[in-house]
Amino acid sequence: MIEIHNIHKAFGGKKVLDGVSGVFETGKTNLLLGASGTGKSVLLKCIVGLIKPDLGSVTFDGTYFTNNKLDIRQEIRRKIGMLFQGSALFDSMTVEENVEFPLKMLTDMSKEERKERVDFCLKRVGLEGSNKKMPSELSGGMKKRVGIARAIAPKCTYLFCDEPNSGLDPQTALKIDELIKEITEEYNITTIIVTHDMNSVIEIGDKIMFLYQGKKLWEGTRDEIMDTDIKELNDFIFANRLMRDAKKVEEEEREEEEERKQGSQQLSSDEVKAVPEETADVQHDQLPENPEGPAATTQSGKDKV
Amino acid sequence: MLQALGKYLLFMSSLFIRRESGRILFNRTIDEAILIGINSVLIVSIVSSFIGAVTCVQVAYNLNNAFIPRSTIGFMVREMTILELAPTITSIVLAGKVGSSIAGGLGTMQITEQVDALEVMGINSASYLVLPKVVAAIIVFPLLVILAMFLSILGGYLAGTLSGELTAQEYITGLREQFIPYNIAFALIKSVVFAFLISSISSFRGYYTSGGALEVGAASTAAVTNSVIAILVGDFVLANLLL
Repeated sequence: MIEIHNIHKAFGGKKVLDGVSGVFETGKTNLLLGASGTGKSVLLKCIVGLIKPDLGSVTFDGTYFTNNKLDIRQEIRRKIGMLFQGSALFDSMTVEENVEFPLKMLTDMSKEERKERVDFCLKRVGLEGSNKKMPSELSGGMKKRVGIARAIAPKCTYLFCDEPNSGLDPQTALKIDELIKEITEEYNITTIIVTHDMNSVIEIGDKIMFLYQGKKLWEGTRDEIMDTDIKELNDFIFANRLMRDAKKVEEEEREEEEERKQGSQQLSSDEVKAVPEETADVQHDQLPENPEGPAATTQSGKDKV
Repeated sequence: MLQALGKYLLFMSSLFIRRESGRILFNRTIDEAILIGINSVLIVSIVSSFIGAVTCVQVAYNLNNAFIPRSTIGFMVREMTILELAPTITSIVLAGKVGSSIAGGLGTMQITEQVDALEVMGINSASYLVLPKVVAAIIVFPLLVILAMFLSILGGYLAGTLSGELTAQEYITGLREQFIPYNIAFALIKSVVFAFLISSISSFRGYYTSGGALEVGAASTAAVTNSVIAILVGDFVLANLLL
């Protein structure tokens, strides 16, 4: 369990966090929800100690973290796994080396034990067989999976995820969300996820904290979030829904466009096959816009020959 | 300026707290030494050979007096190479190559949160990433300077003898004239100081990069210009102090 108490943070006089307090429970996926610029990522960085809060404290399972002795902070940090927004995989290392890195640095495991653990973690996130790939060869979703594998490799007690599904298509985002939730429950760890995606809230949010202009405005479960009467939260949910609908329409339009293109390409190849080699170029240039579908145009192409 | 200097000093002191184990640092230092050393051999060889050749030809052009023996050309090539050209020019070349590479690499790691990833694991990122680079540079630079000295003198020999400015015997006689072994030690001390300046300034610039790709480019440029200025100032100070 992680407790935060009265966290304040300002950058150059601009208040980013204004007295945020709360409790993040073990074995649950705790969500920090809010629009961009509300201080979610800053709060997460304050919790893991990447940013020092101006005021306030963070406690990990009863052990005071902020401003504690370096040794104690180091001890706690070694129990933390973090998935970054851009995955933050080490470019110069293979997938296997990335996952092995915290084991090499933080544990006394033998080479064989490390290998076994790496294989297990990669299998757990569905990336068996990708050991020797470089991060540059991976897709966005795969990078996130490697990031999760690296985070859980040293058997972390606390998992932090900074916008784990940003930049991913809805299907992959859902898979990543599900994976995080499964891992949280399977290993009974305390997970905190920063997100602005309502899909994540609906799918995996056990406990949600809504931030608005650096303040905690609401806290509750995913069942309660739809019944809230807080205007800012309702506006956020509404805007999210609108964006989701707009995305859906855009996606449908894109799919239609692709289908149309594929149809036109199919038509062109049929046309080229149908005409003799020496006249193929001329016929291709003369193809109509396909007003009656592929079959009709193909027929008209044949007629020309 | 003072604020930057203070930040730089704090950064350097942070390299020595919460250090990783000796084995990890040793392995990282070897990796960095290979990166800095092996990858710089070609450019150092080309630059130093031609600098030696040009020095020989230009000295020969200026020494037309019949009362000055031709062996003086060899003597002057040696002195200029050992005292100034090999350590300083090699370091300026390395400031461009190694300095920009260090700043660019660290800057990219910073903006892609790889440095944060190390910190979250409880690793002192400055010590883990920067200390091996500084140690490796301090080990490798003198070796590169020794190579540069050898190739520069060889370049002078080839240019002088092939162009007919002086005979091989005259050149070798000149090389042996009034040789002061301390000059070699002075050149190596300079190379160690320059190695420290280049690696630490470039690391400092790269480590504190924030923003995006544009800022990484700016950090690399700043690393090179700051390192070159530091080399020239250091060169003057060392010459005054040690000669």
